[in-house]
Amino acid sequence: MDAQTTTHEPVLRATGLVKRFGGLTAVNDVSLDIHPGEVVALAGDNGAGKSTLIKMISGVYRPDGGHIYLEGKEITMASPLEARALGIETIYQDLALCENLDATVNIFLGREPTKRLFGIFKQVDRGHMLAESNKVLERLDIKIPNLRRPIRQMSGGQRQAVAIARAVYWNARLVIMDEPTAALGVPEQRKVHELVKTLKSQNVPVIIISHNMQDIFAVADRIIVMRRGQKVGDVRAAEVTDDDLVSLMVGAT
Amino acid sequence: MGVDSHQTYSRHAWLDTISRIWAWLFLLAMVLFFSLAGEGFFTAFNLQAILANMAILTIIAMGQTYVIISGGIDLSAGWVMGMAAVISATVMNSLPETTPVWLVVLSGLGVGLAAAWIAGLVNGILIARLNVPPFIATLGMFGIARGIGFLLSGGMPVPIYVKGLGFLGNGFLLYYHPTVGWSFLTPPAGLAQADLRNLTGYFPFVVIVMLVLLLIAHLVLSRTQFGLHTYAIGGNKEAAMRAGIPVARRLVTIYMLSATFAAIAGLVYNVRFTNGAANAGEAMLLDTVAAVVIGGASLFGGAGTVIGTLIGALIISVLANGLVIMRVNPFWQFIAVGIVIIIAVLIDQARAQFAQE
Repeated sequence: MDAQTTTHEPVLRATGLVKRFGGLTAVNDVSLDIHPGEVVALAGDNGAGKSTLIKMISGVYRPDGGHIYLEGKEITMASPLEARALGIETIYQDLALCENLDATVNIFLGREPTKRLFGIFKQVDRGHMLAESNKVLERLDIKIPNLRRPIRQMSGGQRQAVAIARAVYWNARLVIMDEPTAALGVPEQRKVHELVKTLKSQNVPVIIISHNMQDIFAVADRIIVMRRGQKVGDVRAAEVTDDDLVSLMVGAT
Repeated sequence: MGVDSHQTYSRHAWLDTISRIWAWLFLLAMVLFFSLAGEGFFTAFNLQAILANMAILTIIAMGQTYVIISGGIDLSAGWVMGMAAVISATVMNSLPETTPVWLVVLSGLGVGLAAAWIAGLVNGILIARLNVPPFIATLGMFGIARGIGFLLSGGMPVPIYVKGLGFLGNGFLLYYHPTVGWSFLTPPAGLAQADLRNLTGYFPFVVIVMLVLLLIAHLVLSRTQFGLHTYAIGGNKEAAMRAGIPVARRLVTIYMLSATFAAIAGLVYNVRFTNGAANAGEAMLLDTVAAVVIGGASLFGGAGTVIGTLIGALIISVLANGLVIMRVNPFWQFIAVGIVIIIAVLIDQARAQFAQE
């Protein structure tokens, strides 16, 4: 495969996705492509179907119709764990970190490396976890003093960084972020924006769900707008204004 | 959060430090006080008695440590211990007189363990699979194990008629006599009855058993994946699940582990007092939860250590012993332990509250 085709093949392609809950059609015939190194914002009012769409891509919901392809191969996922195993990492708003444990443990949670002591006692290899954590944080240009502190003692931005580092360490092919800056102050929002750009520079595509226009315009290359379960816009961020987006979201012309 | 976040973090660190070391300081202060004020407190004989007397409490409290770190509680452990003690005693009595002591003990332990495991398995399934709150599930098991223990024993302690059993429960690894010298495992032969009072034993068997179990419990909790998952489940169960930790399976194992320690404690009771009583572990609920919480575990889950629990158990045991030596009515012990457990929980809550802000 030559470089030309690699860049042109989308990392993720979804076609005709449908999800119904009883009589309600939450997502109706939505298709999208995500390319390598692309940051795509998913915008829309509450109840527009953003979360439902994302949950189908991250393995939480099984679509009632449509197909999902990862790097050209059709995939079906029975659980978020299967999605993760395929390289689709979702960072939820609540980050899903264990606040009582340190950053290194959180990065490796559920997949802890072990080594044998005296050939019998299988223990968690904390040294390896620390070394690898340092490597991935360095790669993302994140500085966290003392990785052995519990997450509880870290700032919101540092927590977000740990969650992103966890996703990246496991070789995410696609990172989905749900309202990544919702609980953060302005300086920390900027840090998250920088992190997204770092991911982009390493060719990892990112889908961001956000209400925050600043987020969207700070990082997104492309904006997909949802309204009442349908995709009503797919625009380049450089070519639209806040007002254009809002009109698309609420359906005014 | 925001501007004053630095201040909040350093306040955490401060509270964390306090909650980590206050138990050590408290223990040290108590030992100092009783050593100075109580005659015969600081002697090899008495200190070993303290350790031997706390063996049962400490063993059950190790299981309770895992349970509380996982965010639960096991109210049933004390009565599961009593049930196992009655069953082990009955089994040991039923064996032929010619059976070697080690086989008698192993058989008693085996059947006691089997019974306790059923209780632990039921607790675990109720909590992990059927989402019954740990408080309710183990409160139910509290009643069930209590009833079974009393039914099987007819409400009376079951004396064990096995020769050599008391030796295991009350013996020492080493003996020293000022005129005869050292001897290993058994007291020196040919001592007159009157001379026995000069004999000192070192390293009681039950203390050795307790220390070995402590070491294992500590290593498993602090070093293995299972231990780490116990902390993760107590810290954020949802996150543990999303990270792919088999949470339900881990929880069942944790409650079975608690039952395992309860059965072993039942056996220690058997050999120490050469009987099995359904209410042998009646006092254990207050004492084990106190030991674990004094030791720095959080009733919200996610924090605690085996070493901390050992400190907690030491505090309770030193307190009980010291009060007797000071000729204070021993019933004061319940009040003192009650107060200490409340203080420990207050510290824990203050810490949790700061973490929220």
